[in-house]
Amino acid sequence: MAVSSNDVKMKSAGIGIALTVNGRAHRLELDPRTSLLDALRELLHLTGAKKGCDHGQCGACTVLVNGRRINSCLTLAVMHEDDDIVTIEGLGKPEALHPLQAAFVERDAFQCGYCTPGQICSAIGMLAEARAGWPSHATVDVAAEGTTLTGAEIRERMSGNICRCAAYPNIVAAIRDIVEGVHR
Amino acid sequence: MIGQALNRVDGPLKVGGRAAYAYEHWEAGQPLYGFIAGATIGKGRITKIDIARAERSPGVRLVLTHRNAPEQNAPDFSITSQYSRAFPVLNGPEIHYYGEPVALVVAETFEQARAAARLVDVEYAAEAGHYDFAARQNNAYAPKKVNAGLPTDSAVGDFDAGFAGAAVKVDQRYSTPYYFSQAMEPHAAMAVWNGDDLTIYVTDQILAEGRTCVASTLRIDLQRVHLISPYIGGGFGSKLGLHHEAILAALAAREVKQPVKVAMTRQQIFHLVGPRPTTSQRVRLGAGKDGRLVAIGHDVTMYTNPEWEYAEQTAATTRSLYAAPNRLTRHRLTPLDRQRGEDVRAPGEAPGLLAVESAMDELAYALGIDPVELRIRNEPARDPERDVPFSDRRLVECLREGARRFGWEERPVSPASRRDGRWLVGYGMAAAIRMHFQGTAKVRVRIGRDGIAVVQSDMTDLGTGTYTILTQVAADALGLPIERVRIEIGKSDFPESSGSGGSWGAANSSIALHRACKALREKIEHSAGEPGDLEAEGEVAGMWKEPAYQAYSIHTYGAHFAEVGVDADTAEIRLRRMLGVFAVGRALNAKTTRSQLIGGMTWGVSAALHEEAVVDTRTGAFVNRDLAEYLVPVNADIPDLDAIVLDGFDDKANVLGAKGLGELGICGAGAAVANAVFNATGVRVRDFPITLDKVLPGLPLAEA
Ligand code: FES
Ligand code: FES
Repeated sequence: MAVSSNDVKMKSAGIGIALTVNGRAHRLELDPRTSLLDALRELLHLTGAKKGCDHGQCGACTVLVNGRRINSCLTLAVMHEDDDIVTIEGLGKPEALHPLQAAFVERDAFQCGYCTPGQICSAIGMLAEARAGWPSHATVDVAAEGTTLTGAEIRERMSGNICRCAAYPNIVAAIRDIVEGVHR
Repeated sequence: MIGQALNRVDGPLKVGGRAAYAYEHWEAGQPLYGFIAGATIGKGRITKIDIARAERSPGVRLVLTHRNAPEQNAPDFSITSQYSRAFPVLNGPEIHYYGEPVALVVAETFEQARAAARLVDVEYAAEAGHYDFAARQNNAYAPKKVNAGLPTDSAVGDFDAGFAGAAVKVDQRYSTPYYFSQAMEPHAAMAVWNGDDLTIYVTDQILAEGRTCVASTLRIDLQRVHLISPYIGGGFGSKLGLHHEAILAALAAREVKQPVKVAMTRQQIFHLVGPRPTTSQRVRLGAGKDGRLVAIGHDVTMYTNPEWEYAEQTAATTRSLYAAPNRLTRHRLTPLDRQRGEDVRAPGEAPGLLAVESAMDELAYALGIDPVELRIRNEPARDPERDVPFSDRRLVECLREGARRFGWEERPVSPASRRDGRWLVGYGMAAAIRMHFQGTAKVRVRIGRDGIAVVQSDMTDLGTGTYTILTQVAADALGLPIERVRIEIGKSDFPESSGSGGSWGAANSSIALHRACKALREKIEHSAGEPGDLEAEGEVAGMWKEPAYQAYSIHTYGAHFAEVGVDADTAEIRLRRMLGVFAVGRALNAKTTRSQLIGGMTWGVSAALHEEAVVDTRTGAFVNRDLAEYLVPVNADIPDLDAIVLDGFDDKANVLGAKGLGELGICGAGAAVANAVFNATGVRVRDFPITLDKVLPGLPLAEA
């Protein structure tokens, strides 16, 4: 839900769109070639979403669009009229972290931190997919009711997010803490 | 406090998306955007470059080419560190390697710059270049020295005679491909001129060298250059130095009198940042029937750029790893027309140990001796080539502890003897060793009336944990709670260090800080109740000035154990589990230490199974230049992997007893996986990476 509104106009403006980012309504005037990722980073200065490849190959740019995870580099901003977007900045603040962000810190689920916002947004989207019963390549019985997030399931479902620092075992541990309701 | 598993102090900023990396600074106002256009030939010259259409393109403010780029200094090749040399860009019509920048287009938006870069019209006269390493190997020459100033060759005893007389021999060639760091954050820079002062927000591991590079390239006073790099999205060697992005941003920003930022695309990184050189290695091991080595030979050939000579110290740790009376190591370079080679995590050890620790496994099978036992039998009492004592050699302990925890005694003794459903299962192991380096560093600590200790250094944190361990060291030395310590690093104006590289950053900066805190405490004691701002500096000297480094052979050690499954029909290879046990002296933070080690081990897994940059030998271009085709491990590739660190303290290394460990995890890790593949299948692949096409033809036929 929008709490306030903010207009930003790009130098090479062409198309106007309205969308909500982290609960705030924005009217953007932008170049139709602008990816959602660049609109967030360069127009709104929400640089939590990272550009790792600009090609849908790394997951660093993952954000939540209407609750679903998406590679924001692979979609044009102008396609998101009226969409509700949540970035890492909207999940929690350093002084009031989302439980998954806190679990990432506790489990040392990152090193350089560059893939991390994407990992966290991706994990939140992934948990919703699992709750909705979506199967994955690692699901043994795709016809079974409900999804049990085993280690193999988490690893498979998180494999769209590359971590070159290779914090993978710790990322899985942080997500498991949330799945198992471990509050630290 | 030191050693505790303290959470990263910069953690909340990073998980909150608030840590600002190079391309993400807004304090200097709205920048313009630069986009690099690269050469589409590997060697030759530009005969015509037409920028008219690009210049007329909407929003374009500048098109920089070799015709209008300001003159810059040429590199001085007598400077040992390549990262301190001038790095001129767009400095002539000659093309030296595929992808070399031919233009920078600067525009008001990224979209405009990217679109206009495609409109730069270039014609070339291509020349025949040399791009094929395998075909050029007989053109190899001996460099004067190899990386880190180590000797090119070494010889002890009489290798030829020793090897000829050995009862059991291994004589094999191994090859490793071009590997890239491919840190998640692309190389990026934003340049801001303020009068004659140049500030560049960069992603750079060693700010002092980066600053020297910029000042000498642009012919300006060193004091006028200010580099800012508070957060670095991974480096792994690829950001030891600055590249085209920083110099181009600086040149363009001066021209347009506005901040300019430039980032490489992921594809450009494959041609503008140096790879780990591809190698061909011959390993010769001669042993008696009891498994004791009588001769060790390690010959390495790798590519180099013709001008920017770079020789990884691939055979260097072979000089310290095992005992043998007759020894020989040699490094040779084959010039090719491609970008300069650069450091990639564990330069030398990573490809060298892939070969040597595979060869040791081959020897163990040839002898019928347990691979763990074979290594223990060849444990030297002193450094076998330098003939000095080891400071803190604990390889055997790592081997034994690892074997025990992993359940090594359960291993399938003969190859291709264990099945689990459709999987052939194998166990493999390898030793890890890495030289510990010490470089110069200065750190300042200041305490104010508010009781907050502020630590300043041009040191960097690329995910290594510097912010956190320095917090621990200062809190420990000053007796303060960690909330009262603030770490300010990543600015070249702060006291100079050797930055992050060669795994030396943590120890260097911690010792210097420890000394600064000691000096500050003395000042506090003498200030007799006069509360006020006090500050002190601490320093550490380079290893070449420290007698202990002459008197002792100082290394870190480890042992890797891996279990793989190989699909009996398709030869698909999956890691099942992996364990590393390490001896690193004192670990400064248990949590960040383990993270670095498991990260390194994962790199070892992918060196064995995944990573390979493939060359188009017609142009020198890397054909698989993106993250979908240059395979790095994803979460599903790393099922169960852990690292254990033995409690320790190396009193010869330094006062804190700490040694570098950011690169140790990769050392030998790939060989453990390769050896497990052999144990699973009976197929020995010596041409890395081990992909299913190389394993499949040799797979045992399954019984019907
Ligand atoms: S930046 Fe979008 S997937 Fe890599
Ligand atoms: S934390 Fe560095 S890439 Fe994941």
